[in-house]
Amino acid sequence: MKTNWNGMLAGVAIGALSASSAWAEDLVIFWAEWDPANYLQELVNEYEEETGISVTVETTPWSDFQTKAFTEFNARGSAYDMIVGDSQWLGAASEGGHYVDMTDFFEKHNLGEVMAPATVKYYAEYPGNSGKFWAIPAEGDAVGWSYRKDWFEDPAEMAAFKEKYGYDLAVPETWAQMTDIAEFFHRPDEDRYGIAIYTDNSYDAMVMGVENAIFSYGADLGNFETYEVDGYVNSPEAVAALENYKKLYGLTPPGWAKTFFVENNQAITEGLVAMSMNYFAFFPALLNEATNPHAANTGFFANPAGPDGDQFAALGGQGISVVSYSENQEESMKFLEWFIKDETQKRWAELGGYTASAAVLESDEFRTATPYNEAFYQTMFKVKDFWAVPEFAELLTSANQRLYPFIVGGEGTAKETLDALAADWEATFKKYGRGQ
Amino acid sequence: MASEVLTRLDPNSRAAAKGLSDLTIRNLFIIPTIAFLIIFNIFPLLYSLGYSFTDFRASTNAPANFVGLQNYRDLLNDPFIWKNFSITAKYVLISVTGQVIVGFGLAMLLNRAIPAKGLITTLLLLPMMLSMAVVGLFWKLLYDPNFGIINYFLGLGKFEWLADPDMALWAIAIVDIWMWSPFVMLLSLAGLSAVPKHLYEAAEIDRAGNFYTFFRITLPLVAPILMIAIIFRTMEAFKTFDLAFVLSSQPTTELIAIRLYKMAFQEWQTGMSSALAYIVLIMVVAITNIYVKYLNKVKAR
Repeated sequence: MKTNWNGMLAGVAIGALSASSAWAEDLVIFWAEWDPANYLQELVNEYEEETGISVTVETTPWSDFQTKAFTEFNARGSAYDMIVGDSQWLGAASEGGHYVDMTDFFEKHNLGEVMAPATVKYYAEYPGNSGKFWAIPAEGDAVGWSYRKDWFEDPAEMAAFKEKYGYDLAVPETWAQMTDIAEFFHRPDEDRYGIAIYTDNSYDAMVMGVENAIFSYGADLGNFETYEVDGYVNSPEAVAALENYKKLYGLTPPGWAKTFFVENNQAITEGLVAMSMNYFAFFPALLNEATNPHAANTGFFANPAGPDGDQFAALGGQGISVVSYSENQEESMKFLEWFIKDETQKRWAELGGYTASAAVLESDEFRTATPYNEAFYQTMFKVKDFWAVPEFAELLTSANQRLYPFIVGGEGTAKETLDALAADWEATFKKYGRGQ
Repeated sequence: MASEVLTRLDPNSRAAAKGLSDLTIRNLFIIPTIAFLIIFNIFPLLYSLGYSFTDFRASTNAPANFVGLQNYRDLLNDPFIWKNFSITAKYVLISVTGQVIVGFGLAMLLNRAIPAKGLITTLLLLPMMLSMAVVGLFWKLLYDPNFGIINYFLGLGKFEWLADPDMALWAIAIVDIWMWSPFVMLLSLAGLSAVPKHLYEAAEIDRAGNFYTFFRITLPLVAPILMIAIIFRTMEAFKTFDLAFVLSSQPTTELIAIRLYKMAFQEWQTGMSSALAYIVLIMVVAITNIYVKYLNKVKAR
């Protein structure tokens, strides 16, 4: 009996040891709950097949992604080894000591050359132009547009449009044309509406939506070197851009006052609108006939140019960072070495992820793989982003508090709105000792 | 026989057989409870009070610097915060008034002999047993201008309940009224059933009208318990977060609890949000005190 007990204890000890050994080889990546996270899980399953090290992509809804991530950071928790964090988190997460400095890794693998320039600038480097890197560009993304090809190509609609506006109905090349087209198709009596844009004011949705107009109208959010905002975010170009965004809001379906990616894809799948704004990462669902009955008639285009020909888009997407409190930092670095390999990046793109690898992005294979990849490729070289400073959330709150009442509530004028926003941002930068 | 058994037991078992002593009760229940209260309530309360006088941000590694009353000054000078308070006050007024009218009205209807009274009362209590977040999602669908059933039944076409900045707060209050009127109803029903029947009989003999009977007999006697319902509902409505957050988080519906959440967990302004939490706490305590004083006056009459 004694022998039996000893044998059992030995078995338990061996089991415990092997369990702890397996535990050490488990890596956890934290990301938001969306299709790219599923593609990443498929990709990392291949890493497990190659190395025996399992990688789990843990997700949470977008609405509490930031809160959950920073709660874990603030607690110095080791639940996540890596995180695919939003681009605007770079300042807060690096200055807070939550991200591992990846500068050596970046230089060793020459990632400044390997990855597309915009992705390096916005997903990895902080402060701007400092040569300090905190992430590996993982999921490239930007705002683009989907549209109803069948509505645009209907001969009767084309003739009516030409008669009304004096030019051909086609994919809009400018925001003015896009507004005309939205106005033309806006027919509430027929349960058909012009356009779907972002209006959700709870995080960055509406701000990113407005950015598409502001950047393409030739304006900017401020001087990112000096933190000056007056004369930038409230410039005449920015005012015109905001006025146009508000005009587009008037051409959205009823109840379009708090909408983001889910609703904007629904606007197309339910046949409500002629055009819909969304991040490219959400477009795969629009090509799937199981989720979009209009899949065969859905087309895509890049964010149009402003009045002076400037053409930019709001940046989406994320870089992947190693969490400072991870107990598996060495294993995480090894994983990232695998992740940045050309063949892995190619496979990442095949699975549906938007690679940031310049070589893969530029390849004909990638650009012709889907109806929207070409627009994505063009857009990724014309992206701009929000402030990535540690106090970005306060800047977002001010933007939501100022922009939403004007766009949705019709309060005040565009000039008053942006002047007030400039004053708010100046006060915030002053509070944190940035700029003059 | 019994005493013989007890004498054979050890002293502890004998104490157990006799029942728990005061000392045992203190050691087993009261001390752990007080310890838990101190660890989980009092300590964080005092800790956050300390933070409210600092510029601490939980998302950074920077130490907390003492800034005195700066956070309180900034908050009380912030027009957006006052807007949040005014939205909250409006919401509390609409919501609690609605609940008292509907809840008391339902109690009056149920305070008479009607068939299936028990079943009706139970069914009316169902809304308050549901989760706030689930109720929010459920009503969001009901309010939807494209396929919501409310517009269909009321014949309102594409009426925008939640998207219209002026209507959204009312829409949230309607859901709160639907959910919590049964609570007021339940307390009112208890109050109504306690009114002595002989008072009504006397009023009937005196040929008093319904209006007179209601305002001179029913309402004064139910008032103390109704005031308790109002105190509870006011405190809860003042703290409303999930319902408004799920249904329509837009500037015209940004209640103070939502602003507090955003400040604390999205902007990570830990010191500032602690100060705001104390301002809210002081306001709730002040309002409750006013109610309690009024309640005591009502009781004294």
